[in-house]
Amino acid sequence: MTEPVLIAENLTQEYVLKGGLFGQDRIVRALTGASFSLEAGKTLAVVGESGCGKSTLARCITMIEEPVAGSFVLDGTKAGPDTHDKLRTTVQIVFQDPYGSLNPRQRCGQILEEPLVINRPEMSAEERTRRAREMLELVGLRPEHFDRYPHMFSGGQRQRIAVGRALMLEPKVLVLDEPVSALDLSIQSQILNLLVDLQERLGLAYLFISHDLSVVKHVADDVIVMYLGRPVEVGSKEAIFSHQRHPYTKALLSATPIADPTLRKERIKLVGELPSPVNIPPGCPFSPRCWKATDKCRTERPELEGQPHAVACHFPE
Amino acid sequence: MALLEVRNLSVDFATTSGTFRAVDGFDLTLDKGDITAVVGESGSGKSVAFLAMMGLLPWTATITSDQLTFDGNDLRGISPRKRRQIIGKDMSMIFQEPMTSLNPCYTVGFQIKEALRIHLGMDRKERHARAIELFEQVGIPAPETRLSAFPHQMSGGMNQRVMIAMAIACKPKLLIADEPTTALDVTIQAQILELLTSLQEETGMALVLITHDMGVVAETAERVSVQYAGQKVEMQDVRSLFATPHHPYTAALLAALPERATTKHLPTIPGVVPGQFDRPAGCLFSPRCAHADERCRTVAPPVGGPELGFARCHYPLNVAQEESV
Repeated sequence: MTEPVLIAENLTQEYVLKGGLFGQDRIVRALTGASFSLEAGKTLAVVGESGCGKSTLARCITMIEEPVAGSFVLDGTKAGPDTHDKLRTTVQIVFQDPYGSLNPRQRCGQILEEPLVINRPEMSAEERTRRAREMLELVGLRPEHFDRYPHMFSGGQRQRIAVGRALMLEPKVLVLDEPVSALDLSIQSQILNLLVDLQERLGLAYLFISHDLSVVKHVADDVIVMYLGRPVEVGSKEAIFSHQRHPYTKALLSATPIADPTLRKERIKLVGELPSPVNIPPGCPFSPRCWKATDKCRTERPELEGQPHAVACHFPE
Repeated sequence: MALLEVRNLSVDFATTSGTFRAVDGFDLTLDKGDITAVVGESGSGKSVAFLAMMGLLPWTATITSDQLTFDGNDLRGISPRKRRQIIGKDMSMIFQEPMTSLNPCYTVGFQIKEALRIHLGMDRKERHARAIELFEQVGIPAPETRLSAFPHQMSGGMNQRVMIAMAIACKPKLLIADEPTTALDVTIQAQILELLTSLQEETGMALVLITHDMGVVAETAERVSVQYAGQKVEMQDVRSLFATPHHPYTAALLAALPERATTKHLPTIPGVVPGQFDRPAGCLFSPRCAHADERCRTVAPPVGGPELGFARCHYPLNVAQEESV
């Protein structure tokens, strides 16, 4: 067993919602008690619906935001305001929308060189250009693309540039925030293949955030299922997909359409919608939508328990 | 007689750099009670074809067709007044983004009652009662109070329900759902799809589902039409399409699905959908096709017969119902 490159403990993030002149401030509990570890060369997938705290988790891990509680250790160093400078180069992020995350006024080459300009000021210009050109090849773009602007590329190519930019500083952890959900099906498979190749070649650890369970099933090693800011089920991919213990995971999987018309399956219908993270229901956050909920669920919050396949439910399957 | 009959529909856009053909020879026949899915990647012209039928395209678009009839009305030379009486009433559409398709300045109640007032001429009381009934039908809790809510006060799933309620308000004969669930979470998506199919069963309307999600297609549609770069490349029954695709594009698209993967590497389709300037001469799919030869690159393929799923290909696959490639 190798030492995990990323160990997170009880990461918690809250935002304050101003109540205005006469109203009271309210607190949005975006993320509560997220703990996990990630090894080099492995992929940890985080799944859940919108508002479940997936992206907040990504922002905390990439040190875009400081969590209000909890901590994480990156590559043996504990992250904190004093170590941010050093650690930011070990973790990089690829955003969902390749149309919005690249500066339209920069050429492809400049985009790739910028992380080096900022973080490796001692590096010579020739060296930077050489590395950027290497990266271009690594992510499957052609050398003539070096001087082109983002609008001249298709969505898939732009996502390649975004992946390339994230890899310029040779990070150990790559956070992928819905990297393929904005892409067409035929392009999606190209990017997934690229990510698989890069992981094998560079031994990267991926924190893969997605709501698409068929993609997660393909790429992940371990899976965290989140609901309203809390992990509700954690386990290996095989365990989660073959034997779901939390009712929410079951419902999520049964709601995902499967591309096979011969398969007619029983679908668990969830009633109602995701409650707002401002007023999370007391007890189990899933209890208002759960078909198995009892009075105990509505009053007592279940803790995440069990190893290696943990679940936060009073009545797990 | 068929409810909707479209023959050889083409849409050209006048752009500053010349005309661009977004839809090329689109055919579709729909009967009452059909559920048809139109699948394709972005830029394949699937939305544009239906917007053309609704008459919702800007003036830069030129629409030509051999036949375009809906419920006995020829939609080609129809007067705007007559068209307004049809669309929104007998033929209605659910748009992709509920958040941007509703008017933020009016309450959702006003917007749904507007359709009832104009098309059905109901009085105030009837309208109110019908609006509440519709909201209940689409599963909006507390419909009385929700009628006076503005779109920004509701979630995406709720707004999509409002859009569906508006679209079915006048009991349409044809409902076109343009990516009705793309902006929604999977659990909400399951609810909306369930709702659409149950409404279809109740009212017997024809339903067109425009989507790019093969999973949604497999679970809801009866018939599937596959679009590529503005052309219909194949049309089959949903089961036979997934089992024996005839066009290489359909086959490649299905193979690229992560759930069908057998190895860590997914089969891919190289290249991208051709745009305005790199439209190939022969078959539009030839630059990306694994089976393409010289003939494909120069001669546009004919449309096959019904036994080939109308595949637009020189060398259709699975011809003798053999195992897929």
